[in-house]
Formats: sequence, structure tokens, C-alpha cells
Amino acid sequence: MTAQYFMPTRLDEALGVLADRPASILAGGTDYYPARGRQPEPRDLLDISRVEGLRGIRALPDGNGWHIGAATTWSDIAAADLPSAFAGLQSAAREVGSRQIQNTGTVAGNLCNASPAADGVPPLLTLDAQVEIGRAGGTRRLALGEFITGVRQTALAPDEMVIALHIPSPADRAASAFHKLGARKYLVISITMTAALVSLDANGRIAAARVAVGACSPVAQRLHALEADVIGKRGDEITVTPDHLSCLSPITDMRADSAYRADVVAEQAKRVLQQAVAAHG
Amino acid sequence: MDKRAGLDPLQFRLNGRTVLIEVAPDARLSDVLRDDCGVKDVKVGCDAGDCGACTVLVDGAPVCACLTPARRVERQQIETLSGLVKNDSLTRKLAASFEAHGAAQCGICTPGMIVSASALLREVPEPTPDMVEDALGGVLCRCTGYRKIIDAVVSTHREPAPAPALTGPGHTGAAIPRVDGNAKVSGRERFGDDVAPPNALHLRIVRSPYHHARFTLGDIAGWATRIPGIETVLTARDIPGRNLFGVIPGFIDQPVFAESTCRFRGEAIAAIVGTAEAIAGLDLSGFPVTWTELPASLTPQEAQAPGASLLHDGHARNVMCGGFVSHGDASAGFDGADVTVAAEFSTAFVEHAYIEPEAGYARVADGRVEVFCCTQAPFMNLEGLMDILALPRSRIRIRPTGVGGGFGSKLDLTVQPYLALAALKTGRQVRMAYSRTESMQSSTKRHPSRISARIGADKDGTLRAMQFDGVFNTGAYASWGPTVANRVPIHASGPYRIPNYRAEAQGVYTNCPPAGAFRGFGVPQSAVAQESLLDMLADKLGMDRLDLRIQNALENGVPTVCGQVFDTGVGIRACLEALRPAWQAERQALAANRLPNGLLRGVGIGAGWYGCGNTSMPNPSTIKAGLTADGTLVLHQGAVDIGQGSNTVITQIFARAFGVPTASVRLLGGDTDFTPDAGKTSASRQTFVSGNAAQRAGEGLRRQVLERVNASETAQISLEQGLIRVTDEDRTHDIVPAQLPTDEDGYVLQAEGYYDPPTAPLDKNGQGAPYAQFGYAAHLAVVEVDPAYGTSKVIRIVAAHDVGHAINPLLVEGQIEGGVAQGLGMALMEEYHPGRTENLHDYLIPTIGDVPPIETRIIEEPDAHGPYGAKGLGEHALIPTAPAILNAIADATGVRMTELPVTPARLRAKLRQAGHG
Repeated sequence: MTAQYFMPTRLDEALGVLADRPASILAGGTDYYPARGRQPEPRDLLDISRVEGLRGIRALPDGNGWHIGAATTWSDIAAADLPSAFAGLQSAAREVGSRQIQNTGTVAGNLCNASPAADGVPPLLTLDAQVEIGRAGGTRRLALGEFITGVRQTALAPDEMVIALHIPSPADRAASAFHKLGARKYLVISITMTAALVSLDANGRIAAARVAVGACSPVAQRLHALEADVIGKRGDEITVTPDHLSCLSPITDMRADSAYRADVVAEQAKRVLQQAVAAHG
Repeated sequence: MDKRAGLDPLQFRLNGRTVLIEVAPDARLSDVLRDDCGVKDVKVGCDAGDCGACTVLVDGAPVCACLTPARRVERQQIETLSGLVKNDSLTRKLAASFEAHGAAQCGICTPGMIVSASALLREVPEPTPDMVEDALGGVLCRCTGYRKIIDAVVSTHREPAPAPALTGPGHTGAAIPRVDGNAKVSGRERFGDDVAPPNALHLRIVRSPYHHARFTLGDIAGWATRIPGIETVLTARDIPGRNLFGVIPGFIDQPVFAESTCRFRGEAIAAIVGTAEAIAGLDLSGFPVTWTELPASLTPQEAQAPGASLLHDGHARNVMCGGFVSHGDASAGFDGADVTVAAEFSTAFVEHAYIEPEAGYARVADGRVEVFCCTQAPFMNLEGLMDILALPRSRIRIRPTGVGGGFGSKLDLTVQPYLALAALKTGRQVRMAYSRTESMQSSTKRHPSRISARIGADKDGTLRAMQFDGVFNTGAYASWGPTVANRVPIHASGPYRIPNYRAEAQGVYTNCPPAGAFRGFGVPQSAVAQESLLDMLADKLGMDRLDLRIQNALENGVPTVCGQVFDTGVGIRACLEALRPAWQAERQALAANRLPNGLLRGVGIGAGWYGCGNTSMPNPSTIKAGLTADGTLVLHQGAVDIGQGSNTVITQIFARAFGVPTASVRLLGGDTDFTPDAGKTSASRQTFVSGNAAQRAGEGLRRQVLERVNASETAQISLEQGLIRVTDEDRTHDIVPAQLPTDEDGYVLQAEGYYDPPTAPLDKNGQGAPYAQFGYAAHLAVVEVDPAYGTSKVIRIVAAHDVGHAINPLLVEGQIEGGVAQGLGMALMEEYHPGRTENLHDYLIPTIGDVPPIETRIIEEPDAHGPYGAKGLGEHALIPTAPAILNAIADATGVRMTELPVTPARLRAKLRQAGHG
């Protein structure tokens, strides 16, 4: 067994490990072990779960948005006291796998695993999340939509790791929702999922909306056309047309066929928008 | 910073003690806890976070140990079930509640369940059922149907703690907790992968990556010498006897190792034996084999298409065999019928998905090979090994371990021949556990079916005729396929009087994993067709769907489609009548209420029957019991308990027959050296057949005791402090067993009971007496459909079962609830595709959030042959469920689903066709 296990407590040490060698990064480990199966691990392992400052979600001072550390677990998200704009993300947190998975699986790991069906991506897209990437000697930021480049592909270089997600301050009283459609209640990979974040005007009409869909394209997509069309509408006036979904390219797999996905995602987008509207009370 | 942590010892707290240990850098916590720390109560079911059996608490939080790097827990606190039961009074109460509620059946998921629930109860002492579901949603159970688990957790806080201790006689009819339950709820039960000694060699099987391929092996010896720690590599050349196994005479067709052609993906070609480290680090990509992929037939249609290659010589058109029943004159019956309904149905491959993968270990001792394994059929395993190993019976011993679920698939040989061959060749102890993927690739499945069926009736609803043609995909090898082909035509009528009947079933070889025994042997598939057609018929006639069934239900004295007449014990009408209150209430509620959000609700009924034991073939059981010199009463209980409860049921029957409390019987398991053959745990035969043998053993031993003191038949026997006391009215006799001579088994008195059910052969038209008894069942399902999504949620099940006499009502409920959950999975989500769903996240079984409350109605129409009137139950529990759900979906939506499973995509497509927006 040649591999080594690194469990640094400081970020610069972690980045130093990556600068020195190719390593498999373990945050939660919930995707790592299933992907490996019984194959031996040829690379060194970098466990970032104990790096100081990498865990937790907090508001940055002076309204500069929110910071989600790369080792923040889904349970951390679910348990945090957050504004209503995060309700969709928190709902996704409670639907990831199971309690066991939520206790170890991380938000950043969900992005890095880059599954088309990653539960975290649609709500984070509606929150306009930015991904902070670190390497020895520097950091850079990418919009989440640019960070995930394809199925199981990200913009991470071998010597880089995700350090944090940054969420710009959502509009006051913005509310959000997340719907996941699967063939059973728990431990289920989404057939389709949709997140929405909505602000209303004084008349209860939609003033701003962001909608994102997962599991219907190689990378989860914002539905910009739908977002534009719902402006000025009440919840019961929302309709979703095929044109709104033209950026999607659902596939046929074990869970459902492409026609089904294309069909139900319209309904799902409508329902999730209506729930986000209704959340304003 | 932990620079070269792989070389530093790891330190953590485990169940209150400090552990200091060296572990590999990439080791999973589950493996370290089990193999290095000896904490075998942490179970590995999937190694992928899909089943939750390995759940442990890390600093109080439940996590999957299989997904946790061992090195991560440096200086952390780990708690497992065995530690929690020892150190935490809350877990002890919870475990007692599990025992009292019958929340543990096979027990393999129980550690994950109790550990997860302990974390919940620490935070929320009095949780709601919803909270319990959220907390336990990550742990799969295949036996219980989850409802008793929810009950156990919700009621843990109630004082006083439930007392699982057995009081009173606990005889038949008493809902006592299972006699072997404490080991399961405290982490002491030992399953197939829990028994090997620490220094055993490990074994890994090399399997075909192709559905159909030729292969040649290269320089295996050269390859092996380049890998340190490899002890030997086994191939077909290493088999001293016959390189074939199977379960039905005339259909022994599966090689232990393929020799030049693999007929399904996952078929074994070689086995590598080496040290634990060598096997753990094994990279099979360099294994010297050259494959030539061949065209594969994955369905009977493909296998029977012109030009398709034949899988086995002598089986033209790849037909394995068929079954046939003809009664009356079907075509004349249809000619005379006023109304006819017909449809085609298809069902999918269904995986057993027990949470314990196949596992065991073997050793050679005194020139004999001993195989420790999880099995449903120790003696059949032994006979199979005799052929393969070319050894006499006297040189093989099967030592069954705890079985973490079976449902039919652990009847067949799996790990046993590989382990035995390896132990014999190396002279060492050798162990293996299938990975989840290889378990799913290579173990048997439920047969996919394509069924075409037709039923005709008079205007008044009297059934006139039925025709049934079923094609069953039996996979690459026969396994129990012939049983399915034979059983289906006998059962496809359902429990109804059909005077004119013709049914044919055919098993067809394909390049799929072998389809074999799975709870119901084809009957759940045929019931889908027949019960769907009955609803269609009722609707066409404008009749009430329940009334139509009751009008045609079999009765005492009315012949079955095999011409068999039962004078007593036909309980289907009582089962159907038991559903009437719920049926009427649900139908009234449907008429009165509209659901919000466009949801549609429907109610459906399904019925079923199942003949207990082998079909028209000998099917004996022997149960033995003895009294030792110190007055211990020992029961040699060879009816393997795979979670269904035979350890308890057989003991209750025996104890009643002998006349002492159930608690005073000591059990000896199914070790083939010590315990006579009680047959296989299959075909709902153990309560019936082995139960009869146990009753006879108990009565025989009782007779011997009474004769010794000339006591009357009504005398009371009690066992106390080394005495056998016989109280006969006002006279008391003490037998001092220590003063009696002991026999070669060490008993002063012993008795054997033997029972073989009375059946008669079937003639060429399938007429005869295939089974000595049938059990009967009827289920009602209430389902809510979201038509825009095509999703179906079962919200209520009422399950009426005629069990003749409920030996243990608690276990009866457990069997029913578990069967319902499997039927629900078959109806709505389970679909195995070779190469595409070889894990428990692509292959879905119901979770704790998917099984609704289940109301059991126990019907007792005593059987003429069953012990104290009892009937078998195991298979019956799931047969009516899927049809009831399908009928409820049709009731809700007006759409008849004929392709299983009814996934959201399939239902939505049909709903769109039917004009739903």
C-alpha cells in the first residue's frame, strides 16, 4: 500500500499537499467510496474535514453575502438558522440521500462530484453561488454555472480544491423552494428536480425569479426564459411552456425516459415557483 | 499535520474503550471495526451508503461506516450497537422494544436501525412516526415492512419498558416475541460474514463482464506469482467432481466455473485465494483472460428469434421446460360465456435484495470439509457439494450461520463450492463475502414474465372459462425455473372456481442471471394478470369488484382447476369478507371527497392462494428432540430461520405437543452433523411440514416420558432442577434423568418426528392433488396518484390471511407486513437490468417512507393436515399486494397498468394517452 492519508488542520497545508502530488480529495467521502468500489486506491488521500475554518455557513459582515465552507455538511445546512431565500437549499439538504449521508456529505463535495442529479446544484444556482477555488499561492472564483463543466467534470485543476461557496445577499424577503421527484421516499436519486427563488412586489406579483433544473441536462440549468416570463405574474398565473425548457436536454436512463422528464419538469417548475410565491405568506 | 498517517497508529474511542491500531490509509471504518476490532455487529450490506446497515455513531452522529475513512475518526468517539446496548440504558429500552414488537426479523438491518434510532431518541425522546421515518430513512429492511420498527421506536419512551421475557406456556396461538430475538437486537447474532477466524484467507471470484462470451485463460500461475500473498487460483480444472450444480433433478446445468463460454454477466470463471491484504488490494484488470463477446439474448423473444443461439443442448428454441393444466373444456367455456375480458401483462426481474450478501467460510478438519454459510437449505447444499467435490456425505458438514434474509435465493449454492474447493486445495481456512454488485449480478432473481390471459363469465358474474399463457425468462440456468413453470398453471386461476380452464407456462433460457426461487415461485406474476382481469370483468358486468370475487370464491367441497377437492380449510371467502368493511368505507369516502391539488385516490382488491410445500413430490421434514441427563430438553431445529420465525414457531408447536412452556426448550440449529434434515426453508412449508414433524417429535417424546411412569395422556410434565416431574391427577412421579443410561447422542430419552405431506401426482392435464394444503389471502390497497407526475403512493393496506391456526400472531403480522412491502416494491419500483442496476441505488426497494400502515386480519379456517390446523404463510403475504395496488391505480385513474413496475414514467405515459393533462 503506497498511498498516504493526509488530514491537515490548516488550509495552507492542504493546498501544499495538492501542490506536491496528485491526491484524491475527501470531504465527506460519500461519493468517493462508492465510486471506487473494490478497486485499490493508487493515489494519496487528502481529507479536508478537519481544516480549520472550512466548515459552516455564516453571513459575511456588511451585507457582503454568505459564506459556506467547503467542508460544510448537509446537516449543517439543514440545521442552520437562515433567511427564507435559503429554504430551497435547506429543503434539498434534507432530501440528500439519508440522515447518514447528510451527516457526512458536503455541499462542496456535491458540486465537485458533478453528477447531473446533484441535489445541491439547482438551489445554489438560484442563489447565484460563486465557487472559491484555492491552490498554493492563490485563489480564484467562478460562478457555479462555470465551475461544473460537464457530467462528472469541473473546472478544478489537479492542484486545486474548493475552499468555499459565496452567496450574494439575497433580496430582502426573497423566498425559495426545492422539489425533487423520485421513485421512492428516501435514498433516491432525482428523476427531475427544480429550485426557485422569488421576490414579490407590493401587489404580490413576481418581481424577480430564478429557476434552476437538475437531472435534465449534463449540468443543471437556469431557466432564464421562464424567469423573464413570470415577472409580473401571481402564482396562479404561472404557465410553463416547452420554450421555457429549450435549454434542457433530458436523457433516458434507468429512472425515466427523456419524454417523461421533459413532460414533468414543466409541472415541477410551475409547482416550485408557486410554492416559493406562497412562502411569502 | 498528519503527514504519513498511513504509518502512524490510529487512536479512537470505541464503545467506551480506547483503540490504538494500524490501518491502511484508504481503509473504510466498517472494515476496520469488523475485521481489526472484532466488532461484528457493524454489518456491511452494500459498501456504498445505500443500505445503512453499517450505521455507527461518530461523536454522536449516525453515519455509514462504509463511507467513513477509518483514519478520519482519529480521537473521535465511535458507538456501535453492541456498545450502546452495553452502555446506554436508552438503547437497552429501545432494543427491548424492538424485541417486544417483532421489529427484528432476520436481524441484519437491526444494528443500523437501532443505532440510528438511538441517535434520534437522544434528541427527541417521544418522536412522531414521521420523525422516525426521517431518522431511519437511510436504513433498508427487506423483511419487516418497517411498520413494527416504527412502532418500536415510537413506543420506547412508554413506561414500563416492554418485557420481551417469555412468560406463560407460550404455546401455539400466543404472540410471544421470537425466541432468538435478543441476539438480533443486541448485536450478538452471527451471520455469514461474521464467523471466519481472523487469519483466514480471502477469496475473490473473477466474473464475466459480458452477457455472453467465449473466453480463454492465459498464464494464471505466472500472473499469480507476480502478486504477493496470492495462495492459489481456482478454475474449472480444480473441480474433482462434476462441474455442475442445480436444484432440480434433470436440470443440474450450472457450472461452478464456466469452462469456455459464459452465458450471463457475472458468471464465475476463476477464484483467487490469498491473504486479506492481497485480496483487498487486488487489481483484476491484469487477470489473464481473453474475452470474445458473443451476441446475447436478454429476453425470451430474443432467445426464440430465428437464428438465436441455443444456450443448452437439447433445449430447442431455448425452452427449458413447461407446465400445463387443463380442466373442463376451456374453448367450450368461452363459447358459452356472455362476457370475455383479455389482456397482456409483463413483469420485471426482481432482485431479492436481502441486506446480507452471500457469505461464509470453509475449513478442513479431520479430512472433512466444513462450510459455514448463510443458507436456506443446508442439506441441499451438502448434496450439491458431494457432486462437485466428489466426496461422500460423511466428509462434508454444513454449519448454517444466521441468515440475513433469503426469500428464496439462498436456497441455491453460491459461495459454498468456492470456499470448499479453496479450503480443500490450500488446507487453510478461507472466507468470502459477495460484494453487493456480485450478489446482484450472480444470484437468482424473480422470473420476468409475459402473460396473455383471458377470462369469460356469465352475465350474472359466474366465471365460465379462463385461458392463461405465460412465458417466463429463466435466465442462463435452470435453478428453480421448472418449479415456477409447474406452479404457475396450477395457481393462475386464483382461488376461484373456474370450470373450464387451460393454462400453460414456459421457462425460456436467456443470457440473464438465473431466475429461481423468490417468494411465490411465479404465482405473484400470474396473480397480477388474473386479479387485474377480474376487476376488468366486474367493470364490464357492472358488478361490485368484491362481490364478483366472493361469488366465485372456492369453497370446501368445490374442485380447484386441478380437480382437487378440499373438505375443510378453504378460507378465501372469509378473507374476502374480512375486507368488506374497509372496502365499503373507502368507496364511500371516495365518492364523498375530492382531493386537493389534483390528486386522485383509488381503492383496489387482490386475492391469492398458494399451495404449501413441493408440488406433487416428496417433501419430508424430520425434527428430533431429546432429554439430557441433566434434564435439559433439546430441540434439533433444522427448519432454517431466515427471519421468518421458524425457530420460534417450531418450538411453540413442539412445546405444546410435549407439554412444557416454550421457554424451557433449548434449540440446536441446522448443523448437518447433529440435526436431521428438516428440508429447505421454501414454499411456505416450514410451519406446515416441519411443524407437523415437530408436533410428532413432541408427542413421541411425551409418550416415552408418560409410559415410563405409566401416567395417563392428560398428565402434566414439568422440567425442574434436573428432574422430569409428571403430575397425573393427584399423583406425582419424578424421573431422575441422571440415573438413566444415555444413548450415543447423549440423551436419556429422544424422539424423532417425520412428516411428508400427502400429495398425488398430476396427470398429463395437471389433474391430481398437488398440495396437501393451500393458504389463502386477500389484500385491499388505497393508493393516491399524482396524475401530473405519474407517481403512486400507497396510503393504506388491509391484509386478510387465512393461516388455519396462527401459531404466533405477532410473527404472522411480521410475515404479512414484510410480504406487503415486497409486493409494493414489485408493483411500483423494482426492476433489475443486468449490467445497469447492480447496486441498491439504481435498483430501488421500498424505504421506511414508502410502506403505509398495514392492518392485518387473521382468519383461521383449520387445515386438515396442518399442525393444530396451521397453514403456511410466507409466500401468501405478497401475492395479493401488487394486484391490489394495480387495481387501486386503475380505480383512481381509469387507466389499467399492465407493465410492472408501474414507475412514474410508465404511469404518466398511460395517463397522457388517456387524456390526462
